[in-house]
Amino acid sequence: MSGAPILEILSLTKRFGGFVALDAISLTIGEGERVGLIGPNGSGKSTLVNCIAGVLRPESGRIRFAGGDIGALAPFQRTRAGIARSFQIPQPFASMSVIENLCIPLEYAGAGWRKRGHILAEAHDILATGGLAAKAAALPAELTQIELRKLELARAVAARPRLLIADEAMAGLSGAEVDEVLDLLFALSARGIAIIMIEHIMHAVMRFSQRIIVLDAGRKIAEGLPDEIVHDPEVERAYLGE
Amino acid sequence: MLDLLANAVVSGLLLGGFYAAVTVGLSISFGMLDIVNIAHPAFVLLGSFIAYGANAAWGLDPIIAGIVFAPLFFLLGTGIHRVYDASFARRGEESLRGLAFFFGVLFITEVALVLAFGADYRLVETPYSSTSLALGFVGVPLRLLVPFLVSLAMITGIQFALDHSFLGRAIKAVAQDRLALRLMAADPVRVKEIAFALSIATTSVAGALLIVIAPVEPSLGRDYIGRVFAICVLGGMGSLQGTLLAGLIIGVAESVTATFYGPSWSPAVAFGVLLLVLAVRPAGLLGR
Amino acid sequence: MRATGFWLALGAVLLAALAMTELVANQYYYFAGYVVLQYVVLATAWNILGGYTGYVNFGSAGFFALGAYSAVALTKLSAPPLPVLILAGGVVSGLVGLATGYLTLRLRGVFFAIATLALSVVLHTLIINWDFVGGSRGAYTMRPPPLVFDSYVKLLFVTMLLLALVAVGAARFIERSWIGRGLAAIRDNEQAAACSGVPTLRLKLFATTTSGFLMGAAGAPFPLYVTYLDPSSAFSLAYAVNSIAMPLIGGTTSWIGPVIGALLLGTAQQVATVTISSAANLLIVGLLLVGFVILAPEGIVGLWRKLAGGRRQ
Repeated sequence: MSGAPILEILSLTKRFGGFVALDAISLTIGEGERVGLIGPNGSGKSTLVNCIAGVLRPESGRIRFAGGDIGALAPFQRTRAGIARSFQIPQPFASMSVIENLCIPLEYAGAGWRKRGHILAEAHDILATGGLAAKAAALPAELTQIELRKLELARAVAARPRLLIADEAMAGLSGAEVDEVLDLLFALSARGIAIIMIEHIMHAVMRFSQRIIVLDAGRKIAEGLPDEIVHDPEVERAYLGE
Repeated sequence: MLDLLANAVVSGLLLGGFYAAVTVGLSISFGMLDIVNIAHPAFVLLGSFIAYGANAAWGLDPIIAGIVFAPLFFLLGTGIHRVYDASFARRGEESLRGLAFFFGVLFITEVALVLAFGADYRLVETPYSSTSLALGFVGVPLRLLVPFLVSLAMITGIQFALDHSFLGRAIKAVAQDRLALRLMAADPVRVKEIAFALSIATTSVAGALLIVIAPVEPSLGRDYIGRVFAICVLGGMGSLQGTLLAGLIIGVAESVTATFYGPSWSPAVAFGVLLLVLAVRPAGLLGR
Repeated sequence: MRATGFWLALGAVLLAALAMTELVANQYYYFAGYVVLQYVVLATAWNILGGYTGYVNFGSAGFFALGAYSAVALTKLSAPPLPVLILAGGVVSGLVGLATGYLTLRLRGVFFAIATLALSVVLHTLIINWDFVGGSRGAYTMRPPPLVFDSYVKLLFVTMLLLALVAVGAARFIERSWIGRGLAAIRDNEQAAACSGVPTLRLKLFATTTSGFLMGAAGAPFPLYVTYLDPSSAFSLAYAVNSIAMPLIGGTTSWIGPVIGALLLGTAQQVATVTISSAANLLIVGLLLVGFVILAPEGIVGLWRKLAGGRRQ
């Protein structure tokens, strides 16, 4: 773990009626760290993301971001504080062009008022870095899957996060496309953004992560270096069964 | 005083059971299928007027008419769901346009009824219209009791069908997990269609019960919008037992209010309850 | 339309209307025109919450009537001048919009829509039982002094025109501002908007309050227009259905849609009421609403864009 913690989750529990989705989960993410979050379907990964983002309220436990408790903050406030997430299924603003999509977080998640011209310029920069410059004026309906995924990430990046949660950003993409997204994420990491990668594509997780956390049935069952995790019998059991 | 209250409570309970029958269709379409059919009360009124027509033309008992015409309403429901599904559900724009669509249907139905039957009240005379049972100082009018019993029968029947048939389980499943439904080898759209059609079929019977209870006129549907949504939400959306319980509560609340504060306040009771529930506990009494 | 062009156009409309009051003597045009302009305000107001933000308000009649009855109540108390009545009507309805929004906007959009319906009926029942403003018997109001015009109808006509210009100007301003962009994000995908830093609840409350304010302001002169106000005319279903149908038929994404819808549909209804019954009139509005929602969801503006876009190829 490098440097001070940016995100601390302390004994987080989330229930849906009688079903326990998260069972007293604790974990820490360091500043600028690259962490992979894996686990079988239904293990609670998405629930955890939604709790961090403020979409769901946990029954008990604490979430601290950059040293402060964010439990009382609404989702938009958490984004402004520096937490960004991309959605598993891309959720673009359908009536707006690609560049207008980026202008929303640039306008709303940024600090203070900026001129429209500056916002547009920065939006163009972000699109260029992501390889979407040619599609600036296109509507989301005209984009391919990989382009939608990139837009999703670009929009999260436009919020100038200190922590980015990439929720299955590579699901369903081809090998070359997975590499494209991976390159993007590495570039973001190089800028000092802590990244939690939630993925099922193991080779990408292995390449990307400095540390891997494994969830199963709402509990953290393993945590460590990628090489350790791959050989962990608990992890094998969780994925493959007894 | 006490006999006033007792009578108010009894007629409130009887009325409440009927309200639950009016609402049960909405519990299916809105509570389980997430289709905001605000036109639901208009179909109830349609059922009332068809029962009236059948009674006037052929002397048919209104409740019999309601049951006889239910299959036609089922077909109507199928048609409406096809249009709704093709125009809105597929495009993923359910919220604004779907609501506007049903509002338009509500409107068209009410105005069509006015054009066809006029804005006057219509009533139906049954052999038991003026009979009332006397239980001590409480009067139990048959025109309330019979619809109450039919309502209970209908709600119980539907609950039974949902619990004990493949289709019923499929409907409950589609309310929770479309993917699981696909894995059960049932077509979600078809299941939704049948469920929605069922919800409209109930309005035929409910409408017939309505005109047995009291005279009807086309704009009555608007009073019922508040009631049915209040009961649906208070009862916890897809729960039929919740619907019945909530119906009884609203029925008694309205009846007591009307008795002690005057009938001009009754329409506000259900809506007031609805606003309260939405503000305080949107999951309702027995909701998930 | 560029900004200067827009404001010039509004100015031109105002001048044309003033000229009209000098040249056209037939009072009928002012009576009918008032109603059409009233619908411009209502449709524009509805669209700020409906078209821009994606939240349906079924209770336009309630907000409208609230403005009307605020005016009646104030007139009985101290008979203030018309601008004060309009402001008061707007403020009352705006506050009620704010309260309704605060209670229900944290739930799904559907519940907000149902709550507005509930609100309309609750308000109706309250007014019917409130004798100070006449209850179900209705209230009589004096005709306003015509001021610089030669009839009170002309005064009300110009007043409503000014209100319409204000409403349209406000809608266009909101649409093009950062607020409008935030509202559009909420409409397109509320969760994604929140996760992009948009303060969704605050913006939604802004939209409900502004929408309510404009509807109440439109309702305030109504008692003076009809001189006899009763609950059934103030809470008429025609207001609820028209405020939804006009923007949906005209086009919801831009300020010009509700204007087109109100002008076309409003004028058509004024013409039709002479020839066909009001029930048949409303039936046609309902059919048009459903037809457009199914077949032309982008409204007339959308159809125009498709035609214009097609020709360019």
